[in-house]
Amino acid sequence: MINESRRGFMGKAFGAVAAVGAVGSLVAMKKTWDPLPSVMAAGFTTVDMSALEENKLQVVKWQGKPIFLIKFAADMQAVDKRSVKVGEHYYSVMIGLCTHLGCIPAYSSANKQFKCACHGGEFDAAGVNTFGPPPRPLDIPPFAIKDENTIVLGESGPEYEALIASLATDNNIA
Amino acid sequence: MAEFEKANSVGEWFDQRLNVKGFWRVMMTEYWIPKNINFLWAMGALLAMLFTLLLVTGIFLLMYYKPDVNMAFDSVNYTIMQEVAYGWIFRNIHGVGASVVFLVIYIHMFTGIYYGSYKKGREMIWLSGMLLFVLFSAEGFSGYMLPWGQMSYWAAYVITEIFGGIPFIGDELVIWIRGNFYVADATLTRFFMLHVLLIPLAILGAIVFHFYTLRFPHVNNEEGEFFDYKEESEKYLAGDKKESKVIAFWPDFLSKDFMVISIFMIFFFYLVFYHNSFAMDPVNFDKADGLKTPAHIYPEWYFLWSYEVLRGFFFDMFGISGKSLGLIAFGFAQAIFFVLPWLDRSPMVKPASQRPVFKYWFWLMMADLFVLTIFGKLPPTGVNAWVGFYSSITFIVLFLALPFLTKIEAKMAGGK
Amino acid sequence: MFSLVVGLVVAVVLLVVNIVFSKLSFIPKEFRILTIITIMVGYVYWGFEPYAHHEMHPHVAEAEYKFDGSNDVAALEELGADATETKAFWTRAVSIGSLKGDATAGADLVAANCTACHSMESEGYPKLMEDADAVAAYGVTPPDLSIAGRIYDANYLAAFILNPVKAMHIEHKYPVTGSKVFPMPGSDWMSDQEIADMVAYLQSAAKKVPAPEVEEGASDFEIAKANNKQVFEAACVRCHSMSYAGIDAHTSAEAIATYIGATPPDLSQYIRSRGAEYLHNFINDPQRKLAGTGMPRVGLTHDAEKQVVEYMEQIGDSKKQEREALGPIVLIYLTILAVFALLWKKQIWKKLH
Repeated sequence: MINESRRGFMGKAFGAVAAVGAVGSLVAMKKTWDPLPSVMAAGFTTVDMSALEENKLQVVKWQGKPIFLIKFAADMQAVDKRSVKVGEHYYSVMIGLCTHLGCIPAYSSANKQFKCACHGGEFDAAGVNTFGPPPRPLDIPPFAIKDENTIVLGESGPEYEALIASLATDNNIA
Repeated sequence: MAEFEKANSVGEWFDQRLNVKGFWRVMMTEYWIPKNINFLWAMGALLAMLFTLLLVTGIFLLMYYKPDVNMAFDSVNYTIMQEVAYGWIFRNIHGVGASVVFLVIYIHMFTGIYYGSYKKGREMIWLSGMLLFVLFSAEGFSGYMLPWGQMSYWAAYVITEIFGGIPFIGDELVIWIRGNFYVADATLTRFFMLHVLLIPLAILGAIVFHFYTLRFPHVNNEEGEFFDYKEESEKYLAGDKKESKVIAFWPDFLSKDFMVISIFMIFFFYLVFYHNSFAMDPVNFDKADGLKTPAHIYPEWYFLWSYEVLRGFFFDMFGISGKSLGLIAFGFAQAIFFVLPWLDRSPMVKPASQRPVFKYWFWLMMADLFVLTIFGKLPPTGVNAWVGFYSSITFIVLFLALPFLTKIEAKMAGGK
Repeated sequence: MFSLVVGLVVAVVLLVVNIVFSKLSFIPKEFRILTIITIMVGYVYWGFEPYAHHEMHPHVAEAEYKFDGSNDVAALEELGADATETKAFWTRAVSIGSLKGDATAGADLVAANCTACHSMESEGYPKLMEDADAVAAYGVTPPDLSIAGRIYDANYLAAFILNPVKAMHIEHKYPVTGSKVFPMPGSDWMSDQEIADMVAYLQSAAKKVPAPEVEEGASDFEIAKANNKQVFEAACVRCHSMSYAGIDAHTSAEAIATYIGATPPDLSQYIRSRGAEYLHNFINDPQRKLAGTGMPRVGLTHDAEKQVVEYMEQIGDSKKQEREALGPIVLIYLTILAVFALLWKKQIWKKLH
């Protein structure tokens, strides 16, 4: 019957228009869950590198994560595409979370290596995984070199961009 | 174990286990509503919509609100209103919704009074509805405290102070309610609990019960007619929808409900975006200060008539203090609506326009409530105080007179 | 009393309208019911909102930006007090304001008389003390004068230099006969031309102050906000904090209580608790709106005052633009939804009537 199908159509049309409003509301609700602007703006940590001692692990906080900083001593080899040159020295700047399951590895200055207590993983001073379950080296956070003594974590400077680009090409080849 | 045959479709699978088809028939397509109704009958569904809006927006406000006297104000007026994406819209909907829901509650309630939908078998509908009114009032009062502005604080202070008027236990009761000697963090957090958990649960239960109470007496109609639902529903199911005096809840009744709700939403969201200071009073945008009372304190508009009855008695009478008289009158005003079905001694279930005596009572009561509402907002000085006094007396007298007036009406109607 | 009578008359008129309207059977019943309810609700709303607020906040004289003292004089005469001194004072201030000042001469005068306490960063006069020390020394931090010439009215500046307490309208806080001495001394011993020169210097120096820096690609809103903030900081922040903007007052609240008799409120939400109209009236002359208050009249020009109020709105109601953009979209959508709901309802009910 024409009436029946028209009524059915009107009902479905109304339902469709209502659904548009519902979708709009859901979008707004999703956005309400987004981290606040003040949280996103606070994702920067400024570090004074001049205070670091050689071959001594320094930990700072960035976005709630521990960041490992090690100033290379003269006998420590900087690793191409991983180590960061700030001023005259090379540094390791890495996220201090084991790439296996996220525990914080401990650093031994004597052995110049990290050992993770959870499952025995080991990383060298440059953060390269040398033994155990960790699948890849310690991750490197975004950083920007401000001057010979200062870096800002959370900001992507050109040196960081270059580092990431070279690591990407490595992964593509491998 | 019951014998289950293989289902031929997903629908049939659910139907075998949950009787979905039967449930749909009973609740929707064969739930009979009278046909001679007007848009005022949609107020119930509109209330359900507004309550849903309040609940959902409340959920999102709850994500960011901090129930602590040092953090509450800024968590609302900075974090929610200015930082959270669309936080301002959730807060505006919630605040305006809380005010507008009372407009619709009053329309719904006075529709019921007008058409006599509270008597002759419908007493439980009325009582569960009045219970909902009390629960929504408590919800509104507790919610208003949460932004912790000046009005939040002083309204809480004044209203909790009222309980001090109760003989013997009054003073201790006030301290117990507040959780402190004055309105403090303890007061805020316990009213937060009430507002967010306990009262909403009670409201949900009361709504379900209210819907249940409608089923056996059936929804009233514009003429107060009692008809044979079996006969009329059979006409409808046989296809004679035009002649039948009933309609089905789905899709007939609900399609009109959705139309009324959609039109109302235009008005509602206009208020949300452009005109919300009647619901979000400017005074409440000052942080609560226990050492500074604002020049003018007043409750939200829907409490004004009650508030005016409370302060209408500003001098001693019959040896009782004005304060106590006000408290007694206030208690009377809250309770008396509950017993309306038993105050009305006339058997007429008809719209007020067709009831020779009740129609005057109804419109006098409406006028009195308007006066009480408006004067509840004005400073109670000079002439205003006397208007408040006389309109409070009128309120009490009207209710005390109702049994006598309706008995007269019953005689006029010859007991029809 | 008058409004009460008006209210009563309107009520009776509406009652008659309602009764008559309800009997007009050619209008569909539901429209009649809706109209009657709308009239009733509208009337009650009028009573507890516009009417009640009008009763609670009686109208005061409009803000005026001539700064010729006419309101001060009128207020005194209303009280039956002697206004001759005030009249003479403001007459002098206005005549100074109309003189042509020599900015170069004024530069020397300001350097000699003002910069010992007041910084003027744009002209190379730095703050000589930290805020806390200045508070200890003077009772309040003396404001920086870099843009004073732009944001304060010329007549007012003249009046202020002559007698700060009178210009600020806080004689009740620093009475002539009292022992409390206002930290900045008046300079009514100077000649009119000298004062005019100083005002001219302040005005020309203000012109050289650049617009505040904004990020590259900043929106118009952001640029306006930065400009407004500059005025706000110069005119208000020595006493008032604005936590939602991350601004702390230069003087502690307790110190202000000693200086002027009351703690200045944080202004973050004052645009919402007072509204723009009230703020304009209040800032222009606090005594007119709230007699006895401690806040001084600061002499902002109409434009500068608009900037201050706009800044309060940009900080206190920062989502206003978003709200006004989204409003029409939501209302249009709901109208479309209502049309579809109406069409569906009509289809269903055609079979029922």
